[in-house]
Amino acid sequence: MAGAHLQNPLVFRIAHPTTPAHESGPMTEPTSTSAADPTSTGGGADLHIVDVTKRFASFTAVDDLTLTIPAGSFFALLGPSGCGKTTTLRMVAGLEEPSAGRIVIGSEDVTHRKPYQRPVNTVFQSYALFPHLDIFENVAFGLRRSKKKDVRNEVEAMLELVELSSFARRKPSQLSGGQQQRVAVARALINKPEVLLLDEPLGALDLKLRRQMQIEMKRIQTDVGITFVHVTHDQEEAMTMADTIAVMNAGRIEQMGAPIELYENPVTTFVANFLGQSNLIKGQLTGKSGGDALLEVQGQRMAMPTARVHSERDDVWVGVRPEKVQISRAGTPTDGENSIAGRVTDASYIGVSTQYLVQLPWGQEVGVFSQNLSTEGPLGTGDDVVLHWNPAHTFALDAAQDADAGAEKIEGDE
Amino acid sequence: MSAAPAPGVGAKAPADDSARPVGQSRWTPYALLSPGLLWLSVFLVVTTIMLLPMSLSSGRAFSGDGTFSFDWQFANYADAWTQYVVDTPIFQKSLIYALIATVLTLVIAYPLAYTIAFKAGRWKNFLLVLVIAPFFTSFLLRTNAWQTILVDTGPVVSFMEASGMLSVFHAINTPDSWPSWAQIFPEGLSAENRVLATPLAVIIGLAYNFLPFMTLPLYASLERIDVRLIEAATDLYSSAWTAFRKVTFPLSLPGVVAGTLLTFIPAAGDPVNPALLGSTSDALMGNAIDAQFKATGNYPLAAALSVLLMVVIVAMVAVYVRRAGTEELV
Repeated sequence: MAGAHLQNPLVFRIAHPTTPAHESGPMTEPTSTSAADPTSTGGGADLHIVDVTKRFASFTAVDDLTLTIPAGSFFALLGPSGCGKTTTLRMVAGLEEPSAGRIVIGSEDVTHRKPYQRPVNTVFQSYALFPHLDIFENVAFGLRRSKKKDVRNEVEAMLELVELSSFARRKPSQLSGGQQQRVAVARALINKPEVLLLDEPLGALDLKLRRQMQIEMKRIQTDVGITFVHVTHDQEEAMTMADTIAVMNAGRIEQMGAPIELYENPVTTFVANFLGQSNLIKGQLTGKSGGDALLEVQGQRMAMPTARVHSERDDVWVGVRPEKVQISRAGTPTDGENSIAGRVTDASYIGVSTQYLVQLPWGQEVGVFSQNLSTEGPLGTGDDVVLHWNPAHTFALDAAQDADAGAEKIEGDE
Repeated sequence: MSAAPAPGVGAKAPADDSARPVGQSRWTPYALLSPGLLWLSVFLVVTTIMLLPMSLSSGRAFSGDGTFSFDWQFANYADAWTQYVVDTPIFQKSLIYALIATVLTLVIAYPLAYTIAFKAGRWKNFLLVLVIAPFFTSFLLRTNAWQTILVDTGPVVSFMEASGMLSVFHAINTPDSWPSWAQIFPEGLSAENRVLATPLAVIIGLAYNFLPFMTLPLYASLERIDVRLIEAATDLYSSAWTAFRKVTFPLSLPGVVAGTLLTFIPAAGDPVNPALLGSTSDALMGNAIDAQFKATGNYPLAAALSVLLMVVIVAMVAVYVRRAGTEELV
């Protein structure tokens, strides 16, 4: 399934004769901004979303959004359903018109252009393949509309790329979900858009196939170097594929950055909970010492790097990821670490790790993922323990934010 | 029709056949089918089968001893052919009037169904009710109403005359030099100053009466189209018109085929519109069959005409459906 052809960039150049053969080679369609970006490895253009707002009747789907997506990047818009990510994508595609603001691709303002006048193609959610046309004609659709010559060779090369040559004369309904998905990608990519938009492109696939397609998509993006903008509610999918993730919530961007940045150093409770899990404990900032901020958490003194404090106020949520916390029997020395005493209320042994629920003295329960490194076997329910972690793994968030924001989704998804 | 005891059979089954889920018996499908099958066999299959021997019999209903004898009278078909195809082109007229009415209905119904399916928003249900509203009055009454609408001195005809439309319609005729079997519109599609009692009135009446039968299947197939397909087409460089031509219209073809069949087939045999809106020279097959049955009492000839019409329509429909390729759609 994962195409051997995809590993070979030469094959792709048959489909895209104008794709630069060398990373440093000239742009096929030079744009003023992408050339200036040293990280750009190929075609595509910068996408600028400037002060864009979209209102439907009384509902504001996208609220004053400003975003620059550099040429050649794989960018993910991540958020729960209804956060405005799909609306944003549709405005870039031209399927919705912004209530305010501008959308610029390269150096061209496309805000008021029709979808068919934009250098953008979309891979639609559940693919939207034309059921009355065969696979060949589905892929050829865009080329035929733009009156390209040599449709046949280009389509055949593209079908070969996605390993569907032998399916050219089948109808979409005769293909499996994964095959349909590849047709949808081929149908969009063959037009060599500046920006490829992907609207939950893997949502309809089962988990195993989704993992394969994630790797395949990432490889295609690396090969063609086009700007990919990927909308998803699946945090793992976004982290696997994207260079940069923007976490969206209620029409706004909560945080934007590389996956590791977002996960390791979240700036809002929403990001802390939506990307993975977080333990958030009430605390106060009490002062500074060198590069460290000092904290008091329920009478316990702690420290953390000031760069990881994301609060203007002294009342904060002190956060730490469950896998960063070490769990030891009560009385174990924890010099130089942040520590807190507790009692195990639940222990689930799952092989590679054990997941503990630990009740803290004031009643709150926190989660701990512990690798089974101890030779004594896992701790049991009712054991008194001490939780400790490296101060550099601590983050602090504004206590005015909802500690459960973004947490609901964990149960709904795998 | 009381011979369809579906609930009784269903209730009895579980006791007989405990391996099946409760309420499921292997007779259930037959029990559910039986009312429809019975209805079709009594009123369609049996009557059609009765038509065949009648069309090959001799005798008259209102003269002689009023009985018929089945004696392989193929001459009935020869008579039907000579009288209604060669001498007067009533058969051809029926098909051509019905064809024009079908095209007219399609042209009117498509935009209507498209608007209801895609643009009506919360007015959708209201507009659908309006489409079927004519069914609340009798077919005859509605056709009669067109006599009033198209009255010679009325605003519609005055407008059509003043705007020159009637002159154009009048000019559409079949030349005298053509043989009698090709004289479809010998006097023109309409008169110069009159619509009633012309082919145009009959065609307008047919188009009007069958409009809901065209609109509803069109609506049903348009409404089912995923709007994302149209978005995908515009995303792939189609203008709105190209997206319609390449995606929306092909996907609505099942509705087009169903609507045109539901219009053309009854229109080709309809006796009401020609009788109420046409002149005597606009009599179509429905009227001819009607007259042979009721006035002349020549049941065998009427039966032969019915069979002829049925065979030709079935053949045309078979070719049409194959050409439209509906079975390949989705």
